[in-house]
Amino acid sequence: MSARIVAIAANTFREAVRDRVLYNLIAFALLLSGAAILVGQISIDIERLVVVNLGLTTVSLFGVVIAIFIGIGLVSKEIEKRTLYTVLSRPVRRWEFIVGKFFGLAGTLVVNAFFMAIGVLAALLYVAHAYHKPDGWILVAVYFIILQFLIICSLTLLFSCFSSPLLSAVFAFSLFVIGSFGDDLRGFAAMAHGLTGLLATAAAYLVPNLSPLNVISSVAHEQPVASQLIVYNTAYALLYAGVALCGAVLIFERRNLK
Amino acid sequence: MSGSRRVTVTAGLLLLLSMAGSIAVVRRLDQVRSGATLEEVLYISSPKLLKRMSLGYEGLLADIYWTRAVQYFGNRLIVRASHYNLLAPLLEITTGLDPHLLVAYQFGANFLAPSPPNGAGVPDKAIQLVEFGIQNNPDDWHLYYELGFVYYLELKDYAKAADAFDRGSKVPHAHPFLKILAAEMAQHAGDIQMARALWTTTYQTTQDKQIRANAVAHLRALQVDQDVTILEQMVGLYREQTGHWPSAMADLVTAGMLRALPRDPTGRPYRLAVEGRVEVEAPDDIPFIEKGTPPGYQPPPPKHLESQP
Repeated sequence: MSARIVAIAANTFREAVRDRVLYNLIAFALLLSGAAILVGQISIDIERLVVVNLGLTTVSLFGVVIAIFIGIGLVSKEIEKRTLYTVLSRPVRRWEFIVGKFFGLAGTLVVNAFFMAIGVLAALLYVAHAYHKPDGWILVAVYFIILQFLIICSLTLLFSCFSSPLLSAVFAFSLFVIGSFGDDLRGFAAMAHGLTGLLATAAAYLVPNLSPLNVISSVAHEQPVASQLIVYNTAYALLYAGVALCGAVLIFERRNLK
Repeated sequence: MSGSRRVTVTAGLLLLLSMAGSIAVVRRLDQVRSGATLEEVLYISSPKLLKRMSLGYEGLLADIYWTRAVQYFGNRLIVRASHYNLLAPLLEITTGLDPHLLVAYQFGANFLAPSPPNGAGVPDKAIQLVEFGIQNNPDDWHLYYELGFVYYLELKDYAKAADAFDRGSKVPHAHPFLKILAAEMAQHAGDIQMARALWTTTYQTTQDKQIRANAVAHLRALQVDQDVTILEQMVGLYREQTGHWPSAMADLVTAGMLRALPRDPTGRPYRLAVEGRVEVEAPDDIPFIEKGTPPGYQPPPPKHLESQP
């Protein structure tokens, strides 16, 4: 990877940390420890289920919110503060700027997810007193959540290249919601016929397919995750993030910054 | 080529390749996860909990669950599945989220009641579903009609069927035929004419293409069942009179028992098989028939039905 991309990525990460993004970890820790203690007292035999479900859902939602709210400002904020001109006046290509920003944001989210995953595992140890073999699938669920972050990061960056921060947030969040129903969307498309069916199928493949990346429920029920699913999900997340990133590069490359 | 143009071309090519790759991977993912999705969505099977979680958007969620139920039923029907275990919970969630979603009761009862492979074979669940619908939509006569239909066709409980039609006939703006059905049920329960009257009413009281097509298919099947019964009686009579089986349907015409060669609803002539059995020429084209099929006949997967009688 070019040194320039690494420098931009590191700077983006540093900026996110300076923006006190990682403070969300405190809220997460409080929420999870509170839930673990509370559920243990008021319910029967679902402590593990609640900790895994609540923990992983929170990791996912916190990450998506962070990805959206940081991602939408990655380009527009740099233009607004005019720092972008300083960066681009140096020997940095526009595509390197976009790719660097992507890796910086993705890195922030991975670090965030890593700490939150430790929190989930600690809470699990607190309620279950020991780890069991199926608990290993929680790590796969966290890995899938990180793949989900890559997709959301790339999409927010794409929108950030041509839209205002507010609209970018709306677009990105809408795609996150639609993508969560990706299976249903393709199901509807399969039921439609003619031109409607064609358009629906195209739309179903165009929006991110986030359903397979959500294995929280099955992991909470100690169900194993198929190795094929891990391979295909990885391939899909990388390819889809690649699509959005290429789109962002194409737009940013042709954008008039004067 | 300038640097910017090179980047544009490369990014464009990468975009297209990645898009094609992602579509291919999604298709593979669908194969890997076939069936898993619905089992996952049923981890939360309480409509009350789902209603709270939907943050007031339970109507939309009900539509999604209804579509999932339809897809599940359709996919199982195509492979002529022997069980439909997830259908009842999906319908329960759908109607729990939106108790006024009438199509879910009307179609749902028809999905649940018939025996596999045409349905889930759980008429008691179908009755439970429609009764829940009536409880929440007491002024809709269609639901009483569906209830009577399930009691009549699937459970052969004519008294309860008559009661359902009678209850429905008292609903404001009920179809006048419900009163007749209630009365006829008491007299002619079990007759093929009764079944025909029910399917005819179904055809006449709906604009939905699929319900109409289903009614047409059943009416055709009833016609075949009736024709085959009558023709086999005639063949038996011919044997009594002549001492041997007729060699072809034409023998019945020659003997003056029939005016012309009898034809099934598709226009094909009925065929005479061994030992006086009467068969249709193409049973695959006439779904739901109970008579007139060769021994050991297995119906094919359902295909698109015609909506004209």
